[in-house]
Amino acid sequence: MDLSMLWYLVPSVIMLVCGIYGFMTRKNLIAILISLELMLNSADLNFVIFNRYLYPGSMEGMIFTLFAIALAAAETAIAIAIIINIYRAVGNTDINEVKQMRF
Amino acid sequence: MDSVGNIIVYFAVAIMLVIFSIAAVTAKKILRAATYLLFVLIGTAIFYFQMGYQFLGGVQIAVYAGGIMVLFVFAILLTNKPNEKAPEGKSHRKTWGFLVSAASFVLLLFALFYMPLIHGFSLVECLSAGKLITMHDIGEAFTGGERFQYLLPFEAISVLLLACIIGGVTIARKD
Repeated sequence: MDLSMLWYLVPSVIMLVCGIYGFMTRKNLIAILISLELMLNSADLNFVIFNRYLYPGSMEGMIFTLFAIALAAAETAIAIAIIINIYRAVGNTDINEVKQMRF
Repeated sequence: MDSVGNIIVYFAVAIMLVIFSIAAVTAKKILRAATYLLFVLIGTAIFYFQMGYQFLGGVQIAVYAGGIMVLFVFAILLTNKPNEKAPEGKSHRKTWGFLVSAASFVLLLFALFYMPLIHGFSLVECLSAGKLITMHDIGEAFTGGERFQYLLPFEAISVLLLACIIGGVTIARKD
């Protein structure tokens, strides 16, 4: 039995779909951020899979994933700062309570 | 032909990824969802190791599983009561979410099975076709300005991280 590209892409697809489901159904801002991380993670995994299977001689997919991980870290830090600020202004982190950009 | 060990590791990690990513978006308690996300990130790192990207797997564990998860746990404990359950979404939102995700799942699987080269090579063939990526290669790729070298994005990322630190402190500060 061969581990072809399909075997690795299927878990990645499932991760992406779970992320979409959580993004649409969750109400807590941090839970939405967790779903976002799932989607980003599946995109990173796809970069690496295509790099390994289609262009095994180069490492551009890996470099892109490294940059994407750094960007995800920065984005998460800012998003959590904003969420803590919202919690201080509104009193919870429910997405339906946040109606205006300025408090 | 891949070795039996590779296949066993693949199936263990793939099943873990599927179960924990479903659990991460359906868990009632938000701290549990964060823990399930941690397992998903570690499983992805094992895939990176298996595909021969050791440095990337290390970065994934250090930055994602180490750094971002600590941020998540801090934020959850700062904004939620420890045993609070996540509020239930309205049922029509759940229906819409399920419909959209099921439709995209079917669409993506359809696209996958019709993709060329999808059954092309085994992991061992691809691992032996590429050379081993050493730290020297990665360092040269990040610090040069030639073709396939990425000094400018590397510097841009460092400026972005600085802006992110300043922005995070400014936004979250009490005033």
